[in-house]
Amino acid sequence: MLVLNDDQVMLQDAARGFVSEKAPVAALRKIRDEKIADGFDRGLWREMADMGWTGVLVPEDHGGLGFGYVGAGVICEEMGRTLTASPFLSTAVMAATALSRAGSPAQKERWLPAIVAGEAVIATAVDEGRRHDPAGIAMRAERHGNGFRLTGTKTYVVDGQAADAVLVAARTGGAAGEAEGLSLFLVDAKARNLACERLSTLDSRGAVELTFDGVEVTADDVVGEVDDGHELLEMVLGAGRAGLAAELSGTAQESFTRTMAYLKERKQFGRTIGAFQALQHRAAHLFCEVEIARSAVLAALQALDADPAGASLAVSVAKAKASSVARLAAQEAVQMHGGIGMTDAIDIGLFMKRMQVASTLYGDADFHADRVALARGF
Amino acid sequence: MDALDAFRRETRAWLDANCPLEMRTPVAGDDDICWGGRNWTFKSEAQKVWLTRMAARGWTVPGWPKEYGGGGLSHEEVKVLKEEMRAIGARSPLESFGIWMLGPALLAFGSEEQKKEHLPRIARGEIRWCQGYSEPNAGSDLASLQTRADDGGDHFVVTGSKIWTSYADKADMIFCLVRTDFSAPKHLGISFILFDMTWPGVSTKPILLISGKSPFCETFFDGVKVPKANLVGTLNRGWDIAKYLLTHEREMIGGGGGGLLGGRSPGQVAASEIGTDAEGRLADPFLRADAARAEVDALAFAATMTRYKDEAASGGKGVGDKSSVLKYYGTELNKRRYELMMRAAGHEGLEWEGARTNDGERPRGWLRTKANSIEGGTSEVMLDIVAKRLLQLPSA
Ligand SMILES: Cc1cc2nc3c(=O)[nH]c(=O)nc-3n(C[C@H](O)[C@H](O)[C@H](O)COP(=O)(O)OP(=O)(O)OC[C@H]3O[C@@H](n4cnc5c(N)ncnc54)[C@H](O)[C@@H]3O)c2cc1C
Ligand SMILES: Cc1cc2nc3c(=O)[nH]c(=O)nc-3n(C[C@H](O)[C@H](O)[C@H](O)COP(=O)(O)OP(=O)(O)OC[C@H]3O[C@@H](n4cnc5c(N)ncnc54)[C@H](O)[C@@H]3O)c2cc1C
Repeated sequence: MLVLNDDQVMLQDAARGFVSEKAPVAALRKIRDEKIADGFDRGLWREMADMGWTGVLVPEDHGGLGFGYVGAGVICEEMGRTLTASPFLSTAVMAATALSRAGSPAQKERWLPAIVAGEAVIATAVDEGRRHDPAGIAMRAERHGNGFRLTGTKTYVVDGQAADAVLVAARTGGAAGEAEGLSLFLVDAKARNLACERLSTLDSRGAVELTFDGVEVTADDVVGEVDDGHELLEMVLGAGRAGLAAELSGTAQESFTRTMAYLKERKQFGRTIGAFQALQHRAAHLFCEVEIARSAVLAALQALDADPAGASLAVSVAKAKASSVARLAAQEAVQMHGGIGMTDAIDIGLFMKRMQVASTLYGDADFHADRVALARGF
Repeated sequence: MDALDAFRRETRAWLDANCPLEMRTPVAGDDDICWGGRNWTFKSEAQKVWLTRMAARGWTVPGWPKEYGGGGLSHEEVKVLKEEMRAIGARSPLESFGIWMLGPALLAFGSEEQKKEHLPRIARGEIRWCQGYSEPNAGSDLASLQTRADDGGDHFVVTGSKIWTSYADKADMIFCLVRTDFSAPKHLGISFILFDMTWPGVSTKPILLISGKSPFCETFFDGVKVPKANLVGTLNRGWDIAKYLLTHEREMIGGGGGGLLGGRSPGQVAASEIGTDAEGRLADPFLRADAARAEVDALAFAATMTRYKDEAASGGKGVGDKSSVLKYYGTELNKRRYELMMRAAGHEGLEWEGARTNDGERPRGWLRTKANSIEGGTSEVMLDIVAKRLLQLPSA
C-alpha cells in the first residue's frame, strides 16, 4: 500500500512537532548569522538522538530503531519543511546504511552505537569535480604494506567540517569511468596528511573540500570488499538520494503552503491576489506537481525498504522529480510573493537556497532523468 | 499477506488457463477494443471467449459486489488481478461507460431495483451506455443545461438536444442530465434519468473528428416518454450524482483511458524505431532528453494514481476532488507522450491511409489525444476545481 502505516504516521507527527518547536527556520538563521562552525547545532543533534532518530536505520541489536527508509524519509521530509540543519542525512542515513549493510563486526561495534547515541558524525566523500559523477572517481588508494595510501581531492563533502570520520570512495583498481575497482574506506577525520578546507555554502550549512596527500589507512578501515565497492557505494548514494528527495518534497510542500497563505492574504487591485485566475491556475498546477513528487518519494522509500540494491530506478525517479518540483515551488513562491519574496527578512529565499543545494547533491534532475532513461531501455 | 499470495497464485493459474493467446497482444487501435452491447459483433472468437469467461467470474468489474455481477474482490485483490493481467499482457475484456461511470453512480445513488436491473448487464457487456451531459451552450458550464423533462404524470416528457455524445449512435441506453425545475438556481433544478436510445423521439447524428473518425454525435430528444421509475436519486438533485459520476470519469481519463501505447513509453518506442548508441542511449539526444523527463513524470504519476487509490481504499472513501489532479496531469502527460511519438515517427507519422501504417494509426492517435484535456472537463476547469476546492483559493 502506497500510504504510511500507523507507526509511520506517529513518527511523522512526532517529527513535525519536534522540528517546528526545536528547529524552526529561525534556527537556521542563527547558524548563519552566528557563523556556527559545525553548520548545525550539537545540542539539537543530541536531542534528535534522544528521540531515536539517529537510529532509524540502525538494526535493533546495535541499539537502533530499525525503522527503515520510509521512517528515515518521513524525518527528512519534516526537516525539509523547516530547513533543519543536522547531520541526519550524512550520518543516520548514509553512514548507517554503509556500516549496517557492509561494516565489519569491529566497525559496527565501534560506530553504530556511537551514531545512535548522537556522538559520532560521519561524512561521505564521493565527488571530485563540479558535477556529480560517482563512476568518474579518480582518487587513488595504493596498496602500502597491509594497508592503503589515499591520494586525491574530494569536494563538497557535506558535514565534513564536523565529522569524526569520513567514508571515502577511491580506486584500488580500474580507471575513471569504470564500475570495477572502487573501494570504500572509513578514514579518521584527523588522519595525518588530510587537509580540510571549509566551504561557505549557499544554504549556510557548510561543507568541506578534503585533500588526501598520502593518507594511510589499514585493511581494517575498508568497508565492504576491496575493488568491489561499486554496489555498496550505489546503495549508500541511493539512501542519500532518497533522503534528499524526501527533504526536497518537504521543502516544496512548505514553500507551496507559505505561498498559498500569502495568496489568501495579500490584496492588490481591491481583492486578494489568490482570486486572480492567472495565479490560481499556476498554484493548482504547482499543487499537482507537489503531489506527484510526494508519491514518487514514498514509492522510492518503500522500494528501498523492500530491496535496497534493486531500488535505483524508483530512487532516481524520486530524486529527479523532487529536485525539479522543489525548484518550481521555490521559483513560484518568490514570484508570487512579489517584492517581499526577494527580501532576506522573509524565509522564502532560504527555501530557494537550500533547494539549490539539495537538488544538486548526489545528482540533479538531469543526472537522474538520464539514469531513468537508461534503466527503461533508451 | 498469505491469503493474498494464495489469491495471486490462483489468479495467475486461472488467467493462464483462460486468457486466449490472442487476447495477450496489444489492441491495434480503437476498433480493436471490446465495447459490448445489444448490437455488438465480436471482432474474433477469442474476444468473445475472453469476455464470457471474465464476466462469469465477475472480473469485468472485479471490485463490485457479487450480487450485482461483480467479483466481490477487495482493493488489494483487484490490484493483484490487474498486476497479473499486466504481467501476461492481457487485454481488458470489456471497456464501457457503464463500468467507468454509470456503475459507480448507481452503486452510490441507485435504488435496489435499479442496481439489480442495470449493474449485472453492464458487468456482462450486454448493454452499452452513453453519456448525455454536454449541450451546445453547456460545456464547461455544464449546470446551465437546458434539455427539459416535463412532468407527464407517471412519466417525463424529454425535449432538447445534447452534443459531443460519444458513441450515441452505437449505445443502447443513455444516462442523461435534464432540467426538471426552471425556477430554481441552476444546480438545483437538474435530474438524472436513464432511458433507451431506441425509444420514440430519440435520434442521433454523427460528428466527424479531426482524427477522421466519428465516435461522437449530436443527440436529439423530441418528446421522449421516460417512466418516472427511471429517475435516479431525488428529483431536482441530480447534480450531486452528476458530479460524483464525473469524479469517476476523470479518474478514468486521467489514468490513460485515451492512450493506446500498449504499455510502452515513447522513449522505449523511439529506441526500437530510431536505435541506440553503444551505451544504450537513444540516438537522438534532443528527443531522448524530452522523453527521459516524460518518463520520470509518467512513473511519478503512476505512483500518484496508486497512492490516491490506496489512500481512498484505506480511508473507505473515493478519490473525490483529487480526481481533478489525476485528470489534469494524466491527460497533459498523455498529450506529451503522443507529441514525442510523432517526433520519433518523423515521416512515418505523416501517412493517413494505407496498410503500411494501419491507416495512419499514430497520427490519428496523436490527434485523438488532443481531446483528452477537453473531454470530461477541460484542463482549465480541472485547475479551477483544484484551486477552489482543494486549495480553497477565493472566488473572483
Ligand atoms: C529588486 C527590486 C527592486 C525594486 N526597486 C524599486 C524602486 O527602485 N522603486 C520602486 O518604487 N519600486 C521598486 N521595486 C518594487 C517593484 O516595482 C514591485 O515589487 C512590483 O511592482 C510588484 O509589487 P509587489 O511587490 O507589491 O507585488 P504584488 O503586487 O503584491 O504582487 C504579488 C504577486 O501577485 C501577482 N499579481 C498582482 N496582481 C495581479 C493580477 N491582477 N493578476 C495576476 N497576478 C497579479 C504579481 O504578479 C505577483 O506575482 C523593486 C522591487 C524589487 C524586487
Ligand atoms: C472526444 C470527446 C468526447 C466527449 N464525449 C462526451 C460524452 O460522451 N458526453 C458528453 O456529455 N460530453 C462529451 N464531451 C464533451 C465535453 O465534456 C466538453 O467538450 C467539455 O466539457 C468542454 O465543453 P465545451 O466543448 O463546450 O468547451 P467550452 O466550455 O466552450 O470551453 C472552451 C474553452 O474555454 C475554456 N473555459 C471555459 N470556461 C472557462 C473558465 N471558467 N475559466 C477558464 N477557461 C474556461 C475551456 O477550458 C476551453 O479551453 C466530449 C468531448 C470530446 C472532445
